[in-house]
Amino acid sequence: MSEIIAVKEFIIENFLFGEEEQLLLDTDFFDEGIIDSTGVIELVSFLEERFNISVDDEELIPENLSSLQNINLFLQKKLNKKDA
Amino acid sequence: MCGIAGIVNLGHQQPIALDALKRMVSIQQYRGPDETGAYFDDYIGLAHARLSIIDLKDGTQPIHNEDKSLWIIYNGEVFNYPELRQELTKCGHKFYTTSDTEVILHLYEEKGTNCLNQLNGQFAFAIWNSKKRTLFLARDRVGILPLHYTIHNQRLYFASEIKAIFANKEIIRSVDLESLDQIFTFWTTLPGKTVFNYIKELPPAHYMSVSPHEIKIDKYWDINFSSNTETLKIKGDDLVNEISETLMDSVKIRLRADVPVGTYLSGGLDSSALTETVKKNFNNELRSFGVRFENKDYDEGYFQNEMVDFLKVNHSEIIASNDAIGENLENVLWHTEKPLLRTGPIPLYILSGLVNQSGYKVVLTGEGADEIFGGYDIFKEAKIRNFWAKDPDSKLRPLLLGRLYPYIFKDDRLKQTLIAFFKNGIDNPDDPFFSHNIRWKNTSKIKNFFSEQVKDSIKDYNSYSELKKLLPANYFDWDTVSKSQFLESLIFLSNYLLSSQGDRVAMAHSVELRVPYLDHRVIELLGKVNSEIKINGLNEKYLLKQVFKNRLPSNIVKRWKNPYRAPIHKALLSNNLNLVKEFCSEDAINKTGIFDSVKVLKLINKLGKLDKAGEFDEMALIGIISTQIIHKNFIEDFNATRFESDNFDQFYDYRSINDKLKKVF
Repeated sequence: MSEIIAVKEFIIENFLFGEEEQLLLDTDFFDEGIIDSTGVIELVSFLEERFNISVDDEELIPENLSSLQNINLFLQKKLNKKDA
Repeated sequence: MCGIAGIVNLGHQQPIALDALKRMVSIQQYRGPDETGAYFDDYIGLAHARLSIIDLKDGTQPIHNEDKSLWIIYNGEVFNYPELRQELTKCGHKFYTTSDTEVILHLYEEKGTNCLNQLNGQFAFAIWNSKKRTLFLARDRVGILPLHYTIHNQRLYFASEIKAIFANKEIIRSVDLESLDQIFTFWTTLPGKTVFNYIKELPPAHYMSVSPHEIKIDKYWDINFSSNTETLKIKGDDLVNEISETLMDSVKIRLRADVPVGTYLSGGLDSSALTETVKKNFNNELRSFGVRFENKDYDEGYFQNEMVDFLKVNHSEIIASNDAIGENLENVLWHTEKPLLRTGPIPLYILSGLVNQSGYKVVLTGEGADEIFGGYDIFKEAKIRNFWAKDPDSKLRPLLLGRLYPYIFKDDRLKQTLIAFFKNGIDNPDDPFFSHNIRWKNTSKIKNFFSEQVKDSIKDYNSYSELKKLLPANYFDWDTVSKSQFLESLIFLSNYLLSSQGDRVAMAHSVELRVPYLDHRVIELLGKVNSEIKINGLNEKYLLKQVFKNRLPSNIVKRWKNPYRAPIHKALLSNNLNLVKEFCSEDAINKTGIFDSVKVLKLINKLGKLDKAGEFDEMALIGIISTQIIHKNFIEDFNATRFESDNFDQFYDYRSINDKLKKVF
């Protein structure tokens, strides 16, 4: 769970500029316009660097990245694979 | 073109001070550096700063009719004035100049407010009837030229530019938060609004009638798009020929001037077509002017050079560096008089400086072709999203967007998230703002940077409801593309393209822009053409391309349309400039009180570290800095008495106080 706290902090700092209230676990970044296409690159670069993972092109789909909840599931999968 | 200003006493008032009108003209003198003139009686003061283009010798304003009961001050050009003058002469009108100004005055005398329907041009003027004590203010159909007004203490103040009204220290200067809400939604204010409380703009195609008893504002023309039932009968080659002839005549009458006329040439279809039309048909010695960018991502030099070689035109260009864009931001905002979400006006401000130095006062430009002929990506995007909305689960339909934005869709990593972005709203294709809503929603996020106090003040304000009031009754019968064309024309064309990126940055260097694609005959003709023909499949401006397919290199006709844009974060956050330090320090932000300084500093900090910034972050950055600059220069530091000037070159003084003085002395 500590991973998702770090992701949340990153999103609040970089896309919401400190505004925490509108970000819930299931808030859809694309529906709410929180992250645009350039934002996706920023987010993925952060995930790769911070958690030392590599995100493949085919993994760049809304199902993996559209909310904190989805990122959490995706991250757990990636991290488990790395450990295995 | 010129600058106009006036003050009218609506009640029993002190006489109007001569100095007030002198200041109002002086502060916008760049609009008319050649000469000044004024008319005064006990009820009104009218003043004018002239940029001489037609009738250089005798066109000094104000101009009067035969019995000196009607007086006009006028900013603009009426291109069909020779034909109108002939008709008026037949009706017995006598002229003492060869100017277009005098033609308007006599046409008004003949037809009253209906005179507007016969004018083909760009204008903002005031006609005073000294016998009836009525004033008639009018603005051209699409809002090429500005006209602002306010009423304060039973006086009507009006002027081409807002700063001229502010040159009267009794006028209150403050930012209108509802207007800021509009700017941070639609990219500019809606017609009629300015960013300042109490200061209004006469909307395009409107006139104001002022009498001692009432002030009335009416509309005299509508921009219209075809419904399915009333499309034009002519089709195919006949239609292409008719457009070609109308455009040719539009250009021809826009070359009427007693000074040389140049063109702006960007290398895009619209300006290339205009430059070709002038060079090949009317003026072999034509000079053209263009913008180049230091940053290659924005530069159109390849196509510009191709056109210069093809036409052998005498071309001059400026190179807009990032630093030059940043350095000129403050100057440009002095002229645009409203915050910006783009830096596009700045290179054009630098370009008009070159035009002025080259001894030119008039240029033709390609503005309006995208709105009228259907050129913008947003129209095609609406078409694709509308098609997708009919089968929202389709995997193939959204891929058409890739043909529209190949430069972003080529990145496979982004494809799926982009599709998610464009999917927004496709469950509601009947939304009146279906085409624009995703953009406006994205822009509106900038309002998160507002301070708590500002958020609280506008929490009940809804700019969408204001916009809905401006939609014509048959709007809902139009197809998606026509609706989208209307929204672009209503909001972005007059209040941004023709203003912030048009008249204001050209007149800053005393240069008049003329826009042949916005001749009302062209607009009305294309308004009757079905949008399926305007955008043939996904081929934008199909009819314009048909007109020019054998007249321009195929590279230019077939090229991918590149939207005109200029760098933002690299220009504004340059280490060589102090823009952030001066206008966006924590103290400066808190003093203005519009934005939340913590969030703004986080944004600046983030952008300072990025080599490539996202569109939203860039828009927020320029929006915030430009609002701060507008606040500082028009509200905090504005000094109304700083602008003194010499006496008027031409002065008609009908104040009764003079008769009394004459008797005393």
